[in-house]
Amino acid sequence: MSEHNYQPKSKFGKWFNDRLPLLTLANHLTDYPTPKNLNYWWTFGGILTFCLITQIITGLVLAMHYIAHADLAFSSVEHIMRDVNYGWLIRYIHANGASMFFLAVYIHIFRSLFYGSYKSPREIIWILGIMIYLLMMAAAFMGYVLPWGQMSFWGATVITNLFSAIPLVGESITTWLWGGYSVDNPTLTRFFTLHYLIPFLILGLVVLHIWALHVPGNNNPIGIDIKKPSKDTVSFHPYIVVKDLFALLLFLILFAFFVFYSPNVLGHADNYIEANPLVTPAHIVPEWYLLPFYAILRSIPDKLMGVIAMLSAILILAALPWLDTSKIRSAVFRPLYKQFYWILVLDVLILGYVGAMPAEGLYLLIARIGTAYYFAHFLIILPILGKVEKTLPLPMSISEPILGGSLNAEPARSKENSQKL
Amino acid sequence: MLKFVKYFSLIFFLISGNIVSSAENAEKLLTTDWTFKGPFGKFDRASLQRGYQVYQEVCASCHSLKYMSYRNLSEEGGPEFSVQEAKAIAANFEILDGPNPEGEMFTRPARLSDKFAMPYANDEEAKSANGGAYPPDMSVLVKARKGGADYVYSVLLGYEDPPVGMKLDDGVHYNKYMYGNKIKMPAPLSEGLVEYADGTTATEQQMAKDVVSFLMWTAEPHLEQRHKIGFRAIVYLIILSILVYFSMKKIWSRIETEV
Repeated sequence: MSEHNYQPKSKFGKWFNDRLPLLTLANHLTDYPTPKNLNYWWTFGGILTFCLITQIITGLVLAMHYIAHADLAFSSVEHIMRDVNYGWLIRYIHANGASMFFLAVYIHIFRSLFYGSYKSPREIIWILGIMIYLLMMAAAFMGYVLPWGQMSFWGATVITNLFSAIPLVGESITTWLWGGYSVDNPTLTRFFTLHYLIPFLILGLVVLHIWALHVPGNNNPIGIDIKKPSKDTVSFHPYIVVKDLFALLLFLILFAFFVFYSPNVLGHADNYIEANPLVTPAHIVPEWYLLPFYAILRSIPDKLMGVIAMLSAILILAALPWLDTSKIRSAVFRPLYKQFYWILVLDVLILGYVGAMPAEGLYLLIARIGTAYYFAHFLIILPILGKVEKTLPLPMSISEPILGGSLNAEPARSKENSQKL
Repeated sequence: MLKFVKYFSLIFFLISGNIVSSAENAEKLLTTDWTFKGPFGKFDRASLQRGYQVYQEVCASCHSLKYMSYRNLSEEGGPEFSVQEAKAIAANFEILDGPNPEGEMFTRPARLSDKFAMPYANDEEAKSANGGAYPPDMSVLVKARKGGADYVYSVLLGYEDPPVGMKLDDGVHYNKYMYGNKIKMPAPLSEGLVEYADGTTATEQQMAKDVVSFLMWTAEPHLEQRHKIGFRAIVYLIILSILVYFSMKKIWSRIETEV
């Protein structure tokens, strides 16, 4: 890294930089050595940053027109959709932006799972990531309450009621959260306040996440450390910047498709009915990105145990760096892990599917099997796999994928091709 | 690169497929040749104008459109009545205004800036006039029902005699497409119920199509603009992606690694 000997060229630059080394920081970010074999799954970090900024900016504009009051919230959203200049566009970007944000974060998380990016020395990056993910879910949930439609109201009722499962103090905690004896105006105003606050907390954590990333540097598809920076890495700018930009543009095409051509397909029709505490919708379903956890919650017959299972399903991820006992990072060199990885992906997709279905009969059975497998993956399969799996030989370095023998996986093969050039 | 796109679209279809399958309805909904569907969909002005007529003559006695203003009728992307026509329409309705300097509330003819006149003074009046069932506000009705325009269209045309053995209470009607098949609203449309100014034959299907198109517009008044901007945005993004792709290739050609 070059920042140690970085000197601004202009006199003013030097004067300023001695007092606040912003230019050194900019230089570090520009020159930041990045493994040159990163594939497109690594572009989602940049995409997620874009999503966060988009949500904050569109959210600020919406907050200028939105009224956080139980009697006015729904009509203020309609006011935004009808009378605010391009209000429909801003709101649809914000609403679909949440879905896009979660789509990107799931790809980002599963990329990390595949390539073992959570392993030493990147545990703190990973845990910060889990914290960001938790805050994202809180923000998304509270944001969904703000339009004060039927799903907003009943979703809020179901989720806040989960706290009543806590023994002894549960009821009091729920009342305290609501600010009354049911979800009502005080609940809406505090959710709005928190919904406004959380993105900035996320932003802070993102800074830490990137800071922690810049200490060890990026993991890469073959999961081995950088041996010769001059050969194995490229500078972040322009190589990674232009690649991230290209991927972001492809992502934006998908984003635009939702915003302009099916802006409501990811939402629920009932949320265009104003909240009515006297009428319960037939099916109360959360947004698609929370469905796997909703399935886990409902698969346990006991309410308290269900809540514990749902929370554990997320928190167990924080322990992942220690549950996975294998020293090899990338699944490319872990033939068994690779198969279990894809089973886990399938398991989560199935849980998401049954989460959207009524919790009865076959769906409930599938949800229970899916939940059991989910926990077994982390608590049984991963710890054992690390001990018994015969991994494939690793290449010498990123730029010399020889010595490895059978490099049958895709990212490594593309490296072989590049060697021929 | 190709692999990336492949995975990406796979995930995309998984998600959208999930949503589509969960949105399935028990009874297959009726549909018609909506002009507003698809990426270039637009409203048929004449149909929206007829739809307004149906709304006004048939629905408005019970169903409000509380988020609509009379000015909307002359705005771009809607029925596009002329401003004079919209003013004349508004003037037909009495609106409660006030208080005046003497502190009295008074009624006056509606202006363009007014919201649509409400059929009932409050929800309770609406319920008591309709046998306890609240006739929902129709401003966003089409978006508030699974199946959207097709669903509302189907309900309008879905009145039938109840199946043998099904007993209905007084004032409850059987509808093939309504959730639960029971509806308090009597069949609202019948052949020739309205007389269209433009000479179109007022069949039930025609009236249902016109009024649902109109309601689609009240639910999404900026739909045309959205489609238009969307097309431009996506074309712009595609062109920019291609340019950035080649820039990327050029930049990465400086080193030995494939991108």
